[in-house]
Amino acid sequence: MNTALLRVEDLSVIAPGDGRDIAVVDRLSFSLGEGEILGLVGESGSGKTMACRALMRLLPSPRLRLEGTAVHLAGHNLLQLDDAAMRRMRGRELGMIFQNPSSHLDPLMRIGEQIAEGIRLHQGASRREARAEAIEVLRQVGIPDPQSRVDNYPHEFSGGMRQRAMIAVALGCNPRVLIADEPTTALDVTVQAQILRLLLDLRDRRGLSMILISHDLGVVAQTCDSIAVMYAGRLCEHGSKAQVLARPQHPYSAGLLACHPAAQSSQRLMNTIGGQPPLLGAMPEGCRFGPRCAQASAVCREHLPELRETEPGHRLACHTPLLVGECS
Amino acid sequence: MSDASLSLPVRWRLRWNLGDGRLPLYCGLAIVLGWGLLALLAPWIAPFDPLQQNGELRLVAPNLAHPFGTDNFGRDILSRVIWGARIDLQMALIGVIFPFLLGTCIGAISGYVGGRLDTLCMRLIDIVLAFPFLVLMLAIMAILGPGLSSFYIAMALVGWVSYARLIRSQILVLKESDFALAAKSLGFSHRRILFGHLMPNALFSSVVFCMSDAVLVLLNGAAVSYLGLGVQPPTAEWGTMVAEGQSFITSAWWICTFPGLAVVTLAMGFSLLADGVAERLGDRS
Repeated sequence: MNTALLRVEDLSVIAPGDGRDIAVVDRLSFSLGEGEILGLVGESGSGKTMACRALMRLLPSPRLRLEGTAVHLAGHNLLQLDDAAMRRMRGRELGMIFQNPSSHLDPLMRIGEQIAEGIRLHQGASRREARAEAIEVLRQVGIPDPQSRVDNYPHEFSGGMRQRAMIAVALGCNPRVLIADEPTTALDVTVQAQILRLLLDLRDRRGLSMILISHDLGVVAQTCDSIAVMYAGRLCEHGSKAQVLARPQHPYSAGLLACHPAAQSSQRLMNTIGGQPPLLGAMPEGCRFGPRCAQASAVCREHLPELRETEPGHRLACHTPLLVGECS
Repeated sequence: MSDASLSLPVRWRLRWNLGDGRLPLYCGLAIVLGWGLLALLAPWIAPFDPLQQNGELRLVAPNLAHPFGTDNFGRDILSRVIWGARIDLQMALIGVIFPFLLGTCIGAISGYVGGRLDTLCMRLIDIVLAFPFLVLMLAIMAILGPGLSSFYIAMALVGWVSYARLIRSQILVLKESDFALAAKSLGFSHRRILFGHLMPNALFSSVVFCMSDAVLVLLNGAAVSYLGLGVQPPTAEWGTMVAEGQSFITSAWWICTFPGLAVVTLAMGFSLLADGVAERLGDRS
């Protein structure tokens, strides 16, 4: 965490609306060190995926607009690259793996060819070298008998193996930062644990930095070094895993933690955070979490809290942070 | 020994299981390949020269020497039907390939790029479709002059629209698909994504349509020749032969009937092939 590999400054995704623009992702900034795994957590629709698509500059609709100061990666500012240069960054510097491995692999292409295609494109390898490399990558991600599996089609793989294959496709290009968008959500718990172990293992062996998107705090707690909590397109709290999990200061982080089944005592009902996340078109004045927050005061309703550093390595956007030890 | 005799019927049953589209596939394949073979071996199979006239053997009814009879110039109909297969298969093949290539490229690019280019292409397709197919073809052929090459050009200019629409609709769906996004996230260029990943996935329905389109092209070719704009006499071509025979339809039915039957069987072969391929491919996806 001493040298930042990826530094994001004030990255926003703007959706033009009637009259006024809506910030789907609002001035996101964080940095990612070499070999660091950052967990990005939050409810559905909190802008986690959108934030990562923005990093890749692959927004789902051409109407969405990207704004921000800079995204520094490998000596480039990604926001100022032209399309061709950005294409060279994708895969080579920034890899991405997705939630649903079945639909993110080309159904008509052999697994090996899909891995080899990226290797040939980014490393200029020959067909034969790329195939050998593909087999090696498949072995690294734990596919048994990679020599024969390399010629299989995706439909011949099981769900967990497809996820491994997708990781292999991304790894083939040898990226420095891997964005994993809920990589384990579609998998059952045992396979989930295997995939997480694989990701940790790859971090150790390749020094890969990762952004792990998840709404499962258990997954994040197992794997990440630091945690960023997002709500309604904004970063609420960002700090080391220990700080955020053990001593959350933002009421939303605390609420999320309290909702986790492991945090419950012998109560019958699961804890919930009352209310719904705000609609994009109807963001509340002041703090976006304000209407659902038990701590909200007058200042919360009027002023949007900005992200500030409360202690070294811990950032928080809240007017009324929880005191250490207190849990809602 | 006893083992083999027991397992043999089972193997045969499995091998010749004609469910899930195999029956039409094999029948269609057999018919089309059969005609292909006849066309290929025409010089050796045909009993007579298809162009050789014989004043003494005019309008001879089918008999042992001339199983399909002879026409008003004394030419052997059987030989002419066999030689005609060469021209007609060629028409069906080339008449499908050019519209397929043209339509697929235009449709794929139009669907992938979208925006104004897409609108432009769609309007162009609407314009072409607004004319009756045959009228437009005849107009183009009338301008280009009669002949096979102008038939191919007219076919490509008119036929591409169906392929373009078909492939465009597939590409529109596929370009939003997850694996297209995954390909983008690997830094692939648009060309690589479109032609390397989206096209192979979009081609299923076009390939099936190709086969049934071959029927239409074949009938079109015959129709155009019948109208005197396609293949010119005395070349042996089924449509032309039907046209030539129609004035004798009451006195010498065999002149029209046998080339007509040839068109029907080949067209049926292509239809069956299309059905079979559709069902087999449908199984896979």
